Amino acid sequence: MTKKVLIADDEPNIVTSLQFLMERNGYEVRVARSGDEALEQVGTFLPDLVLLDVMMPAKNGYEVCQKIKENEAWAKIKVIMLTAKGRDTEVSKGIALGADAYTSKPFSTKELVTKVRELLGE
Amino acid sequence: MLQGWVIVLVAAAYLGLLFAVAYYADKRADAGRSIIANPYIYALSLAVYATSWTFYGSVGRAAADGVGFLPIYIGPTLGVVLWWLVLRKIIRISKVNRITSIADFVGARYGKSQILGGLVTVIAIIGITPYISLQLKAAATSFNILLSYPVLSVPPPAASIPILRDTAFYVAMSLAAFTILFGTRHLDAAERHEGMVAAIAFESLVKLVAFLAVGAFVTWGIYSGFGDITRKAAEVPKMAALFTPFSGAGPTYASWIGLTVLSMLAVMVLPRQFQVAVVENVNENHLKKAIWLFPVYMLAINLFVLPIAFGGLLHFASGQVDADTFVLALPMAEKQELLTLLVFIGGLSAAAGMVVVETIALSTMVCNDLVMPLVLRIKALRLAERQDLSGLLLTIRRGAIVLILLLGYLYFRFAGEAYALVSIGLISFAAVAQFAPALFGGLYWRDATRQGAMWGLSLGFIVWAYTLMLPAIVRSGWLPASILSDGPLGIALLRPSQLFGLTGLDQITHALIWSMMANIGAYLLVSMMTRPSVIEQAQASRFVDAFKLTGVHGAAPLWRGSASLAELKGLVSRFLGPVRAKEVFATLATERDLHSVNDLEVDADLVHAVERQLAGTIGAASARIMVSSVVKEEVVGIDDVMGMLDEASQAIAYSHELEEKSRELVAATRELQAANERLKELDRMKDDFVSMVSHELRTPLTSIRAFSEILQENPDLDPAERQRFLGIIIKESERLTRLINQVLDLAKIESGRAEWHVGVVDLVQLLRNAADTTASIFQETGVELVLELPEHPLAVTADEDRLTQVAINLLSNAVKFSPTHTGRVTVNLREEGRAARVDVCDNGPGVKAADRELIFEKFRQAGDNMTGKPHGTGLGLPISRQIMTHLGGHLWVSDAAKGGAMFSFTLPLADASNLAAKEWPHDQESAHC
Repeated sequence: MTKKVLIADDEPNIVTSLQFLMERNGYEVRVARSGDEALEQVGTFLPDLVLLDVMMPAKNGYEVCQKIKENEAWAKIKVIMLTAKGRDTEVSKGIALGADAYTSKPFSTKELVTKVRELLGE
Repeated sequence: MLQGWVIVLVAAAYLGLLFAVAYYADKRADAGRSIIANPYIYALSLAVYATSWTFYGSVGRAAADGVGFLPIYIGPTLGVVLWWLVLRKIIRISKVNRITSIADFVGARYGKSQILGGLVTVIAIIGITPYISLQLKAAATSFNILLSYPVLSVPPPAASIPILRDTAFYVAMSLAAFTILFGTRHLDAAERHEGMVAAIAFESLVKLVAFLAVGAFVTWGIYSGFGDITRKAAEVPKMAALFTPFSGAGPTYASWIGLTVLSMLAVMVLPRQFQVAVVENVNENHLKKAIWLFPVYMLAINLFVLPIAFGGLLHFASGQVDADTFVLALPMAEKQELLTLLVFIGGLSAAAGMVVVETIALSTMVCNDLVMPLVLRIKALRLAERQDLSGLLLTIRRGAIVLILLLGYLYFRFAGEAYALVSIGLISFAAVAQFAPALFGGLYWRDATRQGAMWGLSLGFIVWAYTLMLPAIVRSGWLPASILSDGPLGIALLRPSQLFGLTGLDQITHALIWSMMANIGAYLLVSMMTRPSVIEQAQASRFVDAFKLTGVHGAAPLWRGSASLAELKGLVSRFLGPVRAKEVFATLATERDLHSVNDLEVDADLVHAVERQLAGTIGAASARIMVSSVVKEEVVGIDDVMGMLDEASQAIAYSHELEEKSRELVAATRELQAANERLKELDRMKDDFVSMVSHELRTPLTSIRAFSEILQENPDLDPAERQRFLGIIIKESERLTRLINQVLDLAKIESGRAEWHVGVVDLVQLLRNAADTTASIFQETGVELVLELPEHPLAVTADEDRLTQVAINLLSNAVKFSPTHTGRVTVNLREEGRAARVDVCDNGPGVKAADRELIFEKFRQAGDNMTGKPHGTGLGLPISRQIMTHLGGHLWVSDAAKGGAMFSFTLPLADASNLAAKEWPHDQESAHC
């Protein structure tokens, strides 16, 4: 069964690259360009994993992550947080909110793909 | 038989008796049981006023003028009414300030002036000398008359006898010895002589008894009562005239008034009267009784003046006997040996009493107000260093006593013969009357000054000398008589006895009028013209407000200085001796409720108390010198007070400055805190900025790295996709470069290190150029650009490149937010007052009111809610605003008329004529900012 990945980011070029990477690895991909849109997609698309950018308009990544983890129905959804702010406090904040992994931009495509696979148990 | 030796023996015995009385009184005083502390003794001692002039002279005057002798006694009797007010005030002041003499009083009143005290002393000596000579004359005459008993003889003129055979000389010397024994046996801090007062009271009694005895003898012994004498006298036409005052040869109204006033003053200002009435006063309440006892005494001693005068005139042939000696001659003629002796003793009493008190008073003045201030100033004598000066003080006084009596004797020998007793006495009265204005004025007139007193005294004294002393000298034959008759150098107006043509008055009244006019006039005028010094003001209020000040601890408000207790003790013991000094300090300690003398604090009050103690011995002026010699005292004058005020105002100014400083400090602290807050804020903003920049740099880098890796790992990508990915990498690289440039640009502008080339720019042309530069973006997006520009150039002062940057930024933004294909951007330029205004309108979504300031902040981009994130660095508008602000313009955003956003800026207009030179760009009108 094809795993589903939701990409939530407001940078079009980054979204393009992530989408290419995920599709290339055989995942079904949906894209959200804001926090609200991301949550909406989570509810409808029910992804196995969310690549979640922190800096997004209308609800940032942390809020979205919190909402996902609060909802028991979505408990199994893995969350990888992406951020251009690579500070330690932000990493620990994301982890505390229940994010499964944290990746700072710019990221290594190989490492990201490996991490996604790990989380999806492949 | 009255042999010479009998008379000498009786006289000596009498003087011995007086001395015994004095000795007894002194002993009693030392034992603390004073015999003089009662009003009767006080009143009797005041009767020292009645001298041999009264004793012998009144009869002489009565024989010549009838009741004309009376004003001398009427004056004091009338004046007594004022004693409770005036004399009591003088006594109070003298007690509080330890005044030792009238010279001391006047000097102290006018700022403890040594010169004034000295002047009073000199006037007193010169003025009193005739008076003393009068006593010598009376005593000597009476002795000589008695020697020839029972034959009545007219003594030869004194000048014709050799000094060593002159009775008056021996009288003078024995009185000097007697006075020295009386008055200068020891020093007293208060300058009081209880023994002397007792002796004087005793002699007053003796002379009264003697005079009453002879009066009674003449009235009832020779004649049969008052009625008999007056009846017999009235039968003689020449004598009948004497009954009526103001008639014939008798005194005129003017003389009566003049003499009454003169004696009214004299009874208070004569040095000996001041001595007994003020200095020797034990209790000011004694005045109450003295006020009526003294006039009673005056009445009693004058009771038999007229009967004796009439008796003498009836008894002796005209010119046979000098009327001045009737008192003695009548009992002699009647062969009454004992009565004659009693009269002689009475007369001697009157003379001796006067001489003793007067010379003691004068010697105190000479010592305290003349000699001591002078010798203390002579540093060569090193007096200030001597341990015990009390011996020196006594020596000075003894010397002064001898000298004063010698002066009196000399005057008697060379001038005394020319006058009757009464006239000599009146000359002295007129002299001491000169003290009255300064003395009484000083009691009530606060603004009287030392200068005024000096001038008044000096002028009054000069006029006195000219109108009374000069005629006396002329009459003694020392100067040509023409001075009196024709005036000096023949100027009639300056005749001493008819000065400025004032005639019709007797000599004394004439002199009194002129001298008092000069004295009072100068005193008032000069006082009003001069300003009292600080110490004068202080003394003035001590004197004028004597009854208002309570206690003897008059504060010395204007005193600054420092001294040690040991120095003060040393000073007091030098003048009073160690024993008295110890007592003095013990008393001072007790008064201040201290257990030990050593607890005394040397403050202004203590120094003042010590000065007062010393003043009692050496006078106020000398005490002041001595105290200032140990107390490192700063003389507080007007200048010093001004100085103090200056210091004070400087201190105030300084404290104002301090307050100002501290206010500034508080303000500075507040500013520092604010600056610190601001710095923290800036630091936080910098952190945010760095974080933002980091984020903005990482975003394009992320795309670049991601696509680069994708391209590397997927060599099999179809060419179209490959091309697309490469395009993204290039675009993101450009974005990165632009971002770095703008960050650097902004940093430069913000730090003020940017280079500006400001010149006159044609805004129309500039906007056209910007439109040309951005034309390609408009074409790509299909957005229409409309330029609404004036036909003529519009000059502004600006940096052309920077302003172009702003215009391009605004146009790019407008394109970005305009809908593709239907977008329309309008650029409008127009003049608005003294400024050029540019509006750039689009038909996009517009900027929400809440975001209108936000978008000018760094990395804050609007339009986040729109379709995707606009491509921009988020630094364009912040940079544009910085540029506009720097060029003196404004940049803001508002709603466009047809919806959408309108970005507007204004710039001040420049002189268009400068644009001609603008054909060659960048070469002039530039300046570094």
